[in-house]
Amino acid sequence: MNKSDTSTLAPQPGLPTPAASWHDRKGLVQIGLLAVLLLAPLAAYFLGHIYYVNLASRITLIAMAAVGLNLAIGYGGMVSFGHAAYFGLGGYIAGISAYHAFDFTPVIGWPLTVPGSDSMLAIWLAAIVLCGLLALAIGAISLRTTGVYFIMITLAFAQMMYYFANSWPTYGGEDGLPIFLRNSLPLVDTNDALTFFLICFGGLVLSLALTARIMKSRFGAALTMARLNDTRLATAGIAPYPVRLVAFVISAMITGLAGALYADLNGFVSPTMLSWHMSGELMVIVILGGVGRLYGPLAGALLFVMMEMLLGGLTEYWQLFLGLVLLFVVLFAKHGVMGWLAGRERHD
Amino acid sequence: MTDAVLSLANLNKRFGALQATRDVSLDLRPNEIHALIGPNGAGKSTLIGQIAGGIKPDSGSIALTGRDITALSVAQRARLGLGRSFQVSSLAEPLSVKRNVMIAVQALQGHSFRFWKPVHRDESLLAPALEALERMQLLHRADTPVAELSHGERRQVEVACALALKPRALLLDEPMAGLGPEGTARLTELLEALKHEVPILLIEHDMDAVFRLADRISVLVAGSVIAHGDSAAIRANPQVREAYLGD
Repeated sequence: MNKSDTSTLAPQPGLPTPAASWHDRKGLVQIGLLAVLLLAPLAAYFLGHIYYVNLASRITLIAMAAVGLNLAIGYGGMVSFGHAAYFGLGGYIAGISAYHAFDFTPVIGWPLTVPGSDSMLAIWLAAIVLCGLLALAIGAISLRTTGVYFIMITLAFAQMMYYFANSWPTYGGEDGLPIFLRNSLPLVDTNDALTFFLICFGGLVLSLALTARIMKSRFGAALTMARLNDTRLATAGIAPYPVRLVAFVISAMITGLAGALYADLNGFVSPTMLSWHMSGELMVIVILGGVGRLYGPLAGALLFVMMEMLLGGLTEYWQLFLGLVLLFVVLFAKHGVMGWLAGRERHD
Repeated sequence: MTDAVLSLANLNKRFGALQATRDVSLDLRPNEIHALIGPNGAGKSTLIGQIAGGIKPDSGSIALTGRDITALSVAQRARLGLGRSFQVSSLAEPLSVKRNVMIAVQALQGHSFRFWKPVHRDESLLAPALEALERMQLLHRADTPVAELSHGERRQVEVACALALKPRALLLDEPMAGLGPEGTARLTELLEALKHEVPILLIEHDMDAVFRLADRISVLVAGSVIAHGDSAAIRANPQVREAYLGD
């Protein structure tokens, strides 16, 4: 077949009208979600409500952590119940690095000296690299199992981290570790709530763009096939295991970076960030928003934190209502908030 | 046997008390369709599993174009040129037909750890995929999700996926299963045209198709090859008639 044949026979961009209007709707919902997240804290900041700016930062970072998890669960079909391990490790890297920078003591004294740092850039790099390495080790073992066993083994690894942090007195043990001064970036004042929010927002947008780009690439095609039908992938000659492992590592890197920022937002890191509640919360957000939907984690995080704030103000049993909402989503709206707002995902 | 594309030598596989494969040796030569037939429970699926790589034989060896592949994984065998289709169609249903075939092209090119360039604009993936679909007369369905295809069309997609790998040998597991007479006739025609390009080891229940297509036939009963020959010889073989054709 020659080239001119191919182009006439492949109706690539010319989507039929209903699909095109659906496409517009999805785009509008995505832009709308980002606009709400960006404009609300801007308005709050200029009206002097710093609390709401920090709330928006919190939503942004939880959404970013869930974007990472969504790459594993939604796009890779790997139901990790242990992503708190990376979120918490990212947080502890920010905390420990700041602690030693404050003290002028090295993080590691031997065999080579690693000084503490209050530079966010150094902390982010460390969080990405170390969370990637941790995920490489955990994933290499966990991905030999599937289904319920995979869920349990990822949970077990995260709980190991949790108990380890709990019982390590140097960094506060169960009391956690305060970050007295927010870590810094060149040229900007990270202590300003809006500046910090914009940093978080940039992180979220980057992680969304990265996920979208990856999923359109050859790697994304292989990962999609590993989720939908790994026999087909192996029969084609691509071993599913390394594809899944690499996706798992990228997923953990995104969640870990969100964790490092989250510790800086709160000025505090504790074993709570490593606990299975955190893993569960991220998972709930992914499911609420719509599993395997690019903007699902953002929609889910908005809904989750809003419910926590609004219902949490009315009753301390707000999680009962969260449970009901989740039940509704699982039973009646399987494609989550994004499925409800933007219609069902359709592959081309 | 030196020119055999695929050859099995003395394969044995036992599951507990059941000897599922008993000293099976057979080969696939260029330009031929070699059919493997046998009643239910004869061990056909176990044998295919061993050829494709999902099941490890207890003893014996498998060679593809002279190279021993007995210890290789499913993916490694596919990369060496073993294409296969499944008895129960095994495709990604939500994806379009062309996406299912494109993953095979991608595998053939060997570049799956590329994270940046979008595949939907990648002509080097699309063109060979559409070519394979054209071979299977499925070009008009390229953008349709597999979930919307008929049973027969899915079978054709399976073969197109295997073809896109530019295989040295094709392993087709009951490609006619569940097809109507029209679908069977169509696929028979397509396979007949294909065999000079790539030899086919055909596992099939449809006797008419087997007798029409196969250059050679091996009959598997209770794990052993009990007869081997061309259509006429197999039809006339009393052992085969008793074990298989008679009932």
